[in-house]
Amino acid sequence: MQGNAAIARGAWEAGVKVAAAYPGTPSSEILKEIADTYPEIYAEWSPNEMVASQVASGAAVSGARAMAAMKHVGMNVAADVLMTIAYTGIKGGLVFLIADDPFAHSSQNEQDSRNWARFAKIPLLEPGDAQECYDFTKIAFDISEQFDTPVILKTETRVAHSDSLVTTGKRTESKIPLGLDPKEAPKYVMVPAHVRVRRKIIEERMRKLEEYADTFKYNKMEINGTDIGVISSGVSYMYTKDIFPEWSYLKLGMVWPLPKKMIAEFFKKVKKVIIVEELDPFIETEIKAMGYKIWHGKDLIPNMYELTPEIVEKSLKGKKYKAPKVRVKPEDLPRRPPNLCVGCSHRPLFYALKKLGAFVFGDIGCYTLAVAPPLQALHSCICMGAGGGMAHGAMKALGKEGLGKVVAVLGDSTFLHSGVTPLMNAVYNKGNSTTIVLDNRITAMTGHQEHPGTGFTLRQEPTNMVDYTEIGKALGVKSIRHIDPYNIKECMEIIKEEMNKEGASLILCKNSPCMLLRRTKPLEKFKNPLYAIDTDKCRGCKVCLEINCPAISWRESAGQTKDGHKRKGTVYINPDQCVGCEVCVQVCKFEAIVPGKK
Amino acid sequence: MKDNGKITNIFLSGVGGQGAILASNILAEVFIKAGYDVKKAEVHGMAQRGGDVTTHFRFGKKVYSPLIKYGDVDFLLSFELLEAMRYINWVKPEGKIIINKQEIFPPAVNLGQTEYPKNVEKTFKKYFKNNVWMVDGQGVAKKLGNVQAANVVLVGAFSNFFPEVKDKQWIEAIKNLLAPKLHDLNVKAFYEGKKAL
Repeated sequence: MQGNAAIARGAWEAGVKVAAAYPGTPSSEILKEIADTYPEIYAEWSPNEMVASQVASGAAVSGARAMAAMKHVGMNVAADVLMTIAYTGIKGGLVFLIADDPFAHSSQNEQDSRNWARFAKIPLLEPGDAQECYDFTKIAFDISEQFDTPVILKTETRVAHSDSLVTTGKRTESKIPLGLDPKEAPKYVMVPAHVRVRRKIIEERMRKLEEYADTFKYNKMEINGTDIGVISSGVSYMYTKDIFPEWSYLKLGMVWPLPKKMIAEFFKKVKKVIIVEELDPFIETEIKAMGYKIWHGKDLIPNMYELTPEIVEKSLKGKKYKAPKVRVKPEDLPRRPPNLCVGCSHRPLFYALKKLGAFVFGDIGCYTLAVAPPLQALHSCICMGAGGGMAHGAMKALGKEGLGKVVAVLGDSTFLHSGVTPLMNAVYNKGNSTTIVLDNRITAMTGHQEHPGTGFTLRQEPTNMVDYTEIGKALGVKSIRHIDPYNIKECMEIIKEEMNKEGASLILCKNSPCMLLRRTKPLEKFKNPLYAIDTDKCRGCKVCLEINCPAISWRESAGQTKDGHKRKGTVYINPDQCVGCEVCVQVCKFEAIVPGKK
Repeated sequence: MKDNGKITNIFLSGVGGQGAILASNILAEVFIKAGYDVKKAEVHGMAQRGGDVTTHFRFGKKVYSPLIKYGDVDFLLSFELLEAMRYINWVKPEGKIIINKQEIFPPAVNLGQTEYPKNVEKTFKKYFKNNVWMVDGQGVAKKLGNVQAANVVLVGAFSNFFPEVKDKQWIEAIKNLLAPKLHDLNVKAFYEGKKAL
């Protein structure tokens, strides 16, 4: 079972009634698994992590066990909820699942989410494999109710996306009765007078949790040799234990608060203590603050990127580490970066933006891939929805000079996540920014999750479909245009016009669904099923290679066209891959790309 | 099949869409049923878009780390030539290598900026001598009528290294993981793959 599936299972067995999330690698599978497998749980895709956290909090305050799931950067969006629900506490158990992505395999930064626990003054559990994902999820809800606190369950790529054996059990319904009581307002209304009361309760709660940590059954001491002892948690423990099975371990299931008595005991039992943890020196800082002297920690273990077995071994063995033989230098091999799919509507649009020479403020989605050569047509990616706000700011800074040079691009999902408010702001503050919504009818990058613009819920029930044009009108956008991204010339004309126009404008891509989204029949709009090179005409100018289509490749071979133009080679269109999107046809100056036969 | 605590490390590599993940799921079914502890870690960041896919697969009496240590691979099972070459340094000197003879060009090769490595088989044989097996997964699968089954051909070839696992167990795993209409094709692909080594 995958770590994420084990979390879903644990939540179901714990009697969870409500689960909400916004997709984000490596957390996305949890809600899908719940929706597909556990009908007793109400599950939804919320438009962003903050809403998901509000939904889960509302359910928990009503007495239900509830969970909000997100990737590490999602908590940045949801933190406003977290920091204060930590004050009010809950009624039914409330768990925030945060999945970190050390090494930023598919993220815009690295964050160590353990810091949230210390910041919000709430407990944090860190599982190291799928069995622990399952076990810790279940017990997280018990802790939440026992101490009247939200609990963070923190995973990371190697836990969330690893499979291992899990022994499961049965669902138990929560014993807490459902219901809301207006008399509880002082607990849930965080006005200053109430805040100060709750603030004190938090401190008492932390003290009780510290005591609990010393008895927590997933904080485990494994005493082997008495010379070296390792304090670790999660997958870092797994790596270290594998390489140094002879050492002793204090394996922390609960990373915040720390079990002080247990730590004291461990320091008595072993001579030298090493702390092995990924990213920040979180445990190390705390243990040093307790007055202990450690043998090694972040002096050897890197504080960035993810840990791996060899990094742990290399760091701790130092000069004694024997590196495996290098037979081939991997850097000499061609890389295989991800690319936009064949036929993707982002390809012609970014080609048009490149031709216009625009500075493109982007955000997060498949289209972020447009940064790569040869397209190189995306110039900033900070966070979800950022493009709109940043383009407005840039235009304010540049003044009239910025007209015709700046554009913001967002996806349909990120527009709804956090792109509407920046557009509202641009209109309100008389900005001149141009915002393009690359509407592909789905949250594509994370694996096709529904959102309020797709017309379907997480469980595939038909529902309201947001009308982006109406949103634009309601926000007061005067100039709302619709473009067909597959028509490069028209795109360039309209975008250029809007970039040069004063006033905030909104451009919506129409008829441009994700190529992998079968229900939208993405191939039907293409006139011909595929195209081929007319080698009589191809001059080998390589212009069509600039669109970076996976179906098009270069074939070196000197020769000439039928009318005698010398060439160094021709391009080739792979008939198994071409879908007939005609983007290359529009780019070719010599009419050398013609309909082909399947 | 009880053993002495030794852990077997299998590294699978390929390109998104080749079915490497299904292959690793078949391995998981088989070795879990055989009574082992199994851990498996997939890296498929943006594989849906043509990136590379790797799976770390480990089985033994008790497995802690989901990741194989660099240089500790017992078996490299690769679905594509370049993606085999990329991980050549991961294999133990006595490790065994099974490679599908398919070439899938990455963008830089398509654009004519760099060449696809020509010497994959030779390089592996230089370092691993007789412990290298090349399989024409696509060719075998095509003869059976569907190139999609190339991944199961590779699984069939790979099954030769585990004589203690019965064919029945492999077939059962394949049937559990695939839709019934695909059973005939893939069972044939498994046997053809088994013969291919």
